[in-house]
Amino acid sequence: MGLLNRLDDPYEGGGIVLGKIEELLNWGRSKSDWYLHFGLACCAIEFMAMNASHFDFMRFGTIPRTSPRQADFIMVTGTVTFKMAERIKILYEQMAEPKYVISVGSCSNSGGPYWEHGYHVLKGVDRIIPVDVYIPGCPPRPEAFEEGMMKLQEKINKQAIFNKRKLLGTE
Amino acid sequence: MTEIKRYDLEYSQLDSDRMRINVGPQHPSTHGVLRLEVEVDGEIVTEVVPHLGYLHRSFEKHCEKMTFPQIIPYIDRMDYISAMNNEWPYVMALEKMLDVKVPEKVEFIRVIVAELNRLANHQIAVATFGMDAGAFTPFLYYFRDRESIIWILERLSGARLLYNYFRVGGMAADIYPGFKEDCLEVVKKVRKTNEEIMDLLIHNNIFIKRTANVGVLTPEVAINFACSGPVLRGSGVKFDLRKDEPYSVYDRFDFDVPVGVGEVGVVGDCWNRNMVRMKEMEQSCRIIEQALEMMPEEGDVTGGVPRRIKPPKGEMYIRTENPKGELGFYLVTNGTDKPERLKARGPSFVNLSVIPEISKGYMFADLILILGSIDIVLGEVDR
Amino acid sequence: MLPGEIFTKLKNDFGDAIIELNESPNSDPWILVGADQLFDIFHTLRDADEFQFDYLMSLSGTDLGENLGVVYHLYSMTHRHKLVVKVEVPKGNPVVPTVERLWRTADWHEREAYDLIGVRFEGHQNLIRILLPYDWEGHPLQKDYVTPDSYHGMKIS
Repeated sequence: MGLLNRLDDPYEGGGIVLGKIEELLNWGRSKSDWYLHFGLACCAIEFMAMNASHFDFMRFGTIPRTSPRQADFIMVTGTVTFKMAERIKILYEQMAEPKYVISVGSCSNSGGPYWEHGYHVLKGVDRIIPVDVYIPGCPPRPEAFEEGMMKLQEKINKQAIFNKRKLLGTE
Repeated sequence: MTEIKRYDLEYSQLDSDRMRINVGPQHPSTHGVLRLEVEVDGEIVTEVVPHLGYLHRSFEKHCEKMTFPQIIPYIDRMDYISAMNNEWPYVMALEKMLDVKVPEKVEFIRVIVAELNRLANHQIAVATFGMDAGAFTPFLYYFRDRESIIWILERLSGARLLYNYFRVGGMAADIYPGFKEDCLEVVKKVRKTNEEIMDLLIHNNIFIKRTANVGVLTPEVAINFACSGPVLRGSGVKFDLRKDEPYSVYDRFDFDVPVGVGEVGVVGDCWNRNMVRMKEMEQSCRIIEQALEMMPEEGDVTGGVPRRIKPPKGEMYIRTENPKGELGFYLVTNGTDKPERLKARGPSFVNLSVIPEISKGYMFADLILILGSIDIVLGEVDR
Repeated sequence: MLPGEIFTKLKNDFGDAIIELNESPNSDPWILVGADQLFDIFHTLRDADEFQFDYLMSLSGTDLGENLGVVYHLYSMTHRHKLVVKVEVPKGNPVVPTVERLWRTADWHEREAYDLIGVRFEGHQNLIRILLPYDWEGHPLQKDYVTPDSYHGMKIS
């Protein structure tokens, strides 16, 4: 899929692409996602490695933002404790729509190793904010981050902008 | 229309109010989820109140509920940048209690992986410290090199960051063929990059202007605050547990303990603390080279691991030299297969407590540098 | 200096406040002291020329069932010797004098022991919770601690 792939089939030899306006907007949106990096624990170190020269996360068009108001999605990397949970909720509410959440690592997916006796660990960030993509692992490998990012782009590409519940291509 | 009231201010009426600024807990410069409540007078920091606990993951409660081998992965997650070093004192404490003799080859593997991990830790420390000062290139250089260290550790243990490689009386797996060559390759790479970083960052005029004479920690204060590791050595105190209280086979190696000598600035400032880390990397390289030379070729690594670990009743405080300082475990056993109490004395926790003391009177921007020079990891501060 | 010698010297100075020297197997030998004269004992240990314990390695709180204990691990940078000192207080009234004025590192250690175990350090200038939220109830490392169901409307288990 993807808008530019249709260039292989030019309309009357002219390099014209026919498509919906939503597809064009989604194409732009999915290729320049700015994220609020929410580094919490071990996963944040893997994410630093992901951001550095070897894996180069920015080739997905992502730029780290420190303010939630400029961010398209929030990357929750690490264990969410109760002390932190309230802050995450406040930050998420400050973000402008459309907004997405990637939950990275076992801890923020489900509590992870702290599931059973963690009296101060929130058992999954999806208990307070809605999550779009879960990346498993403790901590996930940088390849898993790439996969998660691609899944998010896939999701954005399918979304109808004016009716968020409807998927593109389905009538 | 209402009349617009004019305020005629005189300078004498202007009161320099103190302002309280909140830094964190998700601020990218606080090296994790640390929250600092800072009181500033203009640009001068007058008071710093750290608020911890944003990553309190109930480590000590888990230890009381888990059996002894199950605890090792949780210990990895304390100081997640140098997990190999973390596991060591805990395993050592159990070996001492159970009276298990560790094979010679295991000791050397432990030294090598711990020193490799120390290199990786100091690389992150210097890289992020450079980033705090506004230098992005060291970060990219060091993370490129760090990958080769991570690859070695991954081939040994199967994980990139949290290894779970140490066992009581042995290791989880033997070294792979070609391990020696890989290590020597890494040592070569580290030395080459360090030379570059020395020119690029450490002796850079801007960097020196930002970090020298900032955040001065005197030796007396450092000892009273029980600082350890590069923070203590940066203040000129020559104290390294590998030298002063040699554990494992560290007494067989020839290496120096670098201390801050004040080539630039005064002893105990941010520049000197950082410089100690740079010099320590060279010493780690030397230890790795010697250990590779002295390591016996043959030897069983996984055989000595006892099937059931049930130490007798007793208690012990074991400490080793972590990259960040003295990591101690106070282990109390009650004769069952679970500990009665396991308290971790993290070097980051103790080193961080000196922040309110040494950051008073400096600029607000310097506070971030002082924090970076202490090299904390919040997983260990909050546990 | 060995713990035995330190024990004899302290016993001469403080008498009944120094309760016993425990040298059980599998353990570092420790000295059990009473809580009343704790500050003076530590003051002597830090400042007397023969001891000079200037480095407080660790301060841990423990739950001993009926009592709460505090364990001090001391080290001397000059003489390079170690000492373990213990104090026990009843769970109903767990009050121990603070040593924060002697070793400033004890400030955070004592706050942590108060937070997780519930030992109250008398004379501490800022004895508030350090790791858990300020409005948390109970001390989680006590053996009979029951994890609450929810915190601020968020389910815990």
